[in-house]
Amino acid sequence: MGTRVVRVEDPRLLTTGGTYTDDLREPELTGAAYVTFVRSPYAHARITGVDVSAARGVPGVVEVLTGQDTDDLPAPADGNPTAEPMLAKDAVRYVGEPVALVVTDGRYQGEDAADLVTVEYEPLPPVVDLEDALRGETLLFPESGSNVLAAAQDEGAGDDAFAACEVVVEHTIVNQRVAPVPLETRAAAAAWAHDRLTVWVSTQNAHWARDAVAGGLGIDPSAVRVITPDVGGGFGAKIGADREGVAVAWAAKRTGRPVRWVETRSENLVGMTHGRGQRQTFKIGGTRDGRITAYRLDLVQDAGAYPRMATLLATLTKSMASGVYDIPHVEAYFQVAATNTTPVAAYRGAGRPEATAAIERAVDMFAAEIGMDPREVRRRNFIAPDKFPHTTPGGMEYDTGEYAAALDRVLAAAGYDELRAEQARRREAGDPVQLGIGLSAYVEITGGVPEIGETARLVVHDDGTVTVLTGSSPHGQGHATAWAMLVHDELGIPMDKITVRHGDTDAIPVGIGTFGSRSLQLGGTAVHQAALEVKERAKELAADELEADKADLEFDTADGLWRVRGTPDIGLDWGRLAQLAGSDGLAADVHFTSDKSTFPFGAHVAVVEVDAETGKVRLVRHVTVDDAGPVLNPVLAEGQRQGGIAQGAAQALLEEVLYDAQGNPVTSTLVDYPFITATELPSFELVDMATPTPLNPLGVKGIGEAGTIGATPAVQNAVVDAVSHLGVRHIDMPTTPERVWTAINEARTGQ
Amino acid sequence: MIPATFTYRRAESADHAVVLVGEHGDEAKLLAGGHSLLPLMKLRLAVPEVVVDIGRVRELSFIRDLGDQVAIGALTRHHDLENSALLARELPLLAHAAGQVGDPQVRHRGTIGGSLAHGDPASDLPAVVLALEATLVARGPNGTREIAAADFYRGLFETALEPDELLTEVRVPKPAGAGWSFQKFTKRAIDWAIVGVAAQGDKVALVNMGPTPLRATAVERALADGASVEDAAQRAAEGTEPPADLNAGPAFREHLARVLVRRALEESRA
Ligand SMILES: Cc1cc2nc3c(=O)[nH]c(=O)nc-3n(C[C@H](O)[C@H](O)[C@H](O)COP(=O)(O)OP(=O)(O)OC[C@H]3O[C@@H](n4cnc5c(N)ncnc54)[C@H](O)[C@@H]3O)c2cc1C
Repeated sequence: MGTRVVRVEDPRLLTTGGTYTDDLREPELTGAAYVTFVRSPYAHARITGVDVSAARGVPGVVEVLTGQDTDDLPAPADGNPTAEPMLAKDAVRYVGEPVALVVTDGRYQGEDAADLVTVEYEPLPPVVDLEDALRGETLLFPESGSNVLAAAQDEGAGDDAFAACEVVVEHTIVNQRVAPVPLETRAAAAAWAHDRLTVWVSTQNAHWARDAVAGGLGIDPSAVRVITPDVGGGFGAKIGADREGVAVAWAAKRTGRPVRWVETRSENLVGMTHGRGQRQTFKIGGTRDGRITAYRLDLVQDAGAYPRMATLLATLTKSMASGVYDIPHVEAYFQVAATNTTPVAAYRGAGRPEATAAIERAVDMFAAEIGMDPREVRRRNFIAPDKFPHTTPGGMEYDTGEYAAALDRVLAAAGYDELRAEQARRREAGDPVQLGIGLSAYVEITGGVPEIGETARLVVHDDGTVTVLTGSSPHGQGHATAWAMLVHDELGIPMDKITVRHGDTDAIPVGIGTFGSRSLQLGGTAVHQAALEVKERAKELAADELEADKADLEFDTADGLWRVRGTPDIGLDWGRLAQLAGSDGLAADVHFTSDKSTFPFGAHVAVVEVDAETGKVRLVRHVTVDDAGPVLNPVLAEGQRQGGIAQGAAQALLEEVLYDAQGNPVTSTLVDYPFITATELPSFELVDMATPTPLNPLGVKGIGEAGTIGATPAVQNAVVDAVSHLGVRHIDMPTTPERVWTAINEARTGQ
Repeated sequence: MIPATFTYRRAESADHAVVLVGEHGDEAKLLAGGHSLLPLMKLRLAVPEVVVDIGRVRELSFIRDLGDQVAIGALTRHHDLENSALLARELPLLAHAAGQVGDPQVRHRGTIGGSLAHGDPASDLPAVVLALEATLVARGPNGTREIAAADFYRGLFETALEPDELLTEVRVPKPAGAGWSFQKFTKRAIDWAIVGVAAQGDKVALVNMGPTPLRATAVERALADGASVEDAAQRAAEGTEPPADLNAGPAFREHLARVLVRRALEESRA
């Protein structure tokens, strides 16, 4: 625990390279045909006819399948009117929605053949922005009677609490829609043989992908084997298998030919789910001396065209609304609205970044209103360390937290007072490049449905090597390194003798996967417990063999030998013990579950330079405390924090998915979708802090999403702070040069 | 992301290239570094029937000192412009601007000829050759002709080149010591300019302020009339037609042009 171990994954990834789904050359995929999807060019239209005859006539075309061909597939459960079809049949609801697919011998033929599938559309008015969706003049799902898919409506319950406040600030802000942009786009391959499907898919969880394929095709899950090769990032958008993944499996079954599919980047930017997408109205009230007494958050969540996870996102935002603060009156409401845009689902943080962004802007605006340093307002309102476990007004039970300590530590590392002095100097001098200092303090929820837990099977082989079969599923995190470390810590077996296997539903019948920053606390704990069980069993075997009492046995992790106390010359190694276990094997199976979530927390300080003449923002420093409990391997934890901060800063500074008035995506290439690169980022300054949770034996919480959650509001607050002396109160994200320039102009002219 | 079917022809020499495009006329497209053409073909926004690859025509890759001019072959890569000692000495504006194009990958593939012939008003080098008052040399079935940079740009992605003409070189007069500046305003380092300014002495050209690269004539006139840098820069947006896109609207671009022209003139005179 706590050792800086370099990743065992890296030599292969950095030399011969990984094997991603599109790289697979398995014998079962020999002669595989290619799937190309025909996608809707309309945001909203009725399909009045599909003609595949021209496409069928093209050389190399194996099959053309449309929504009309899906009649052999199970109907949606009890006629659910908002069900998302595998291929659109009667209507399309976003540009890029799959309408048909062609199977061709060659990849290039697919694109030409797809062009020849003629779909007749009768365009319907598109519902693009949230206002239109709520007005409900056009409905995406007429049968459901409304575009509001779910709601917890504003009851204004706390009007009295606000009436009693000395100061109330109210504002509407946008938490814009962003694209996950994993380096590896979505991909799948499938082969049907001997009445069984084998599906390779780029996913965060093989088992949910298996269930999605089996459910979508109406076959028994035991007839589906899902294998996940290397996965090049997911960020929440590769949970399970999307409709395209299911369709690829279906195409293999229909044609009897192995097939493969990998989407292009432009397809990815419209076909993979997006994240965030909330319009938030907050109201924050309190006393002039900085005590916050009432907070209301009322949000509209953009679901996109189908209800995937949007209600979950809004629910998480609602539950986490009050963040790290001890506010007597808190209320939160949401509406989830369907629009003719790409569906919205989990993206690094999923609901918690949105909650943090709202309250951290609210606290800064409250601080500005009463003329108090935002550091001071935060300090006066933190939940005190002696109040844990702490149940919030939103019903969350925070396990452990040291919020004030985290803020103090990060401010000390950043040199907060000196930064403020430098800011004052530049303001006084009228420097064209102003300095902005942004704070955020956050708490988030991790564990991703801890009740369903995670599995591990640990097997010691006769040669003293170990195989770990994990139900968890890495897509860049470094599970192979982490799990081997956990086994090594308990069993003393060298890391290079430990093999970690994951993502094969035949080898690992039960597993959940990686999302919600859950892996170490659940999957890691399962591995740890399996090691302990194996150790216990080994002790019994050694006691028998050495004809000693169990209590007299000693295990030395340094050389991995079991001995009877006082007889150093005779020791049993793991290989021998595995042999002694005989046909039973020396193995343990664990399914670790937890009935409670963990709550990592932290504080970020962002320092930006803003060119007040052009509005251009440069992030010059980013200092963070991200406390997720004890750290197993700093290399891995820091990697998660670094990537998370980069993505969080990206939302604050640059990224936004945009549609025109007709619902056409206008950010569907990486020229138009400005995802962040290393040149826009400084080296981050990571400060350590580790407060354990009592909820698992390792004491660990999740670190995967923390950086993103803390970074976005810190950077946004810094940008506003840089120009606040010019009268600017708020700038929506992304804080592009034009937005910053406009905000300064409006403040100057008093608009 | 996969181009429509096309025929590929490789030119062995500049003359061969002229013959090949002559054979196919409007249906053919020259391929140099491919960093503008191929993305368009992948999106099927460009659908040429024949692609004539001039990527290996070595005779078009050179930077030569002609005394009072420097001649640059059309196939010279941005990377070579950026690292040329001759350009650093004689045409530092061009060398520096070439180093601001895209990222290292782009600069190793993209060529000055492709950049100029493509006619994208958001590109860096067209404004630079305008400010430097360069001459472009084209070869066609009827021989060679020279076109002043000022006459080369006709409209959005439209130049004075005929479909069967090949741009072979650019001749740039040495500016005799006047100061220079290149101001490129972007959101990210890799991006095209939202607005850019190339200044060589009192000659000023604008990137992305209209359908073509533009000379900031109002600024130049004001300077000639003895206006201060501050006052002259105020006229930077006169006569421009800035586009509206995801990065900026016209008003912001006009403002940027004024700020960047002022900074460029300040820097070039410093
Ligand atoms: C990611 C990325 C970022 C970029 N960023 C920038 C940037 O910041 N600034 C910038 O200025 N550019 C940028 N570019 C464009 C880059 O500089 C291109 O390389 C350049 O604009 C075109 O040069 P090319 O050699 O690649 O031309 P090609 O793509 O091969 O050709 C472009 C056009 O010119 C024609 N053509 C090419 N050579 C000749 C010739 N000798 N005679 C006649 N016609 C010819 C072709 O037929 C085609 O129509 C970027 C490109 C990419 C992909």
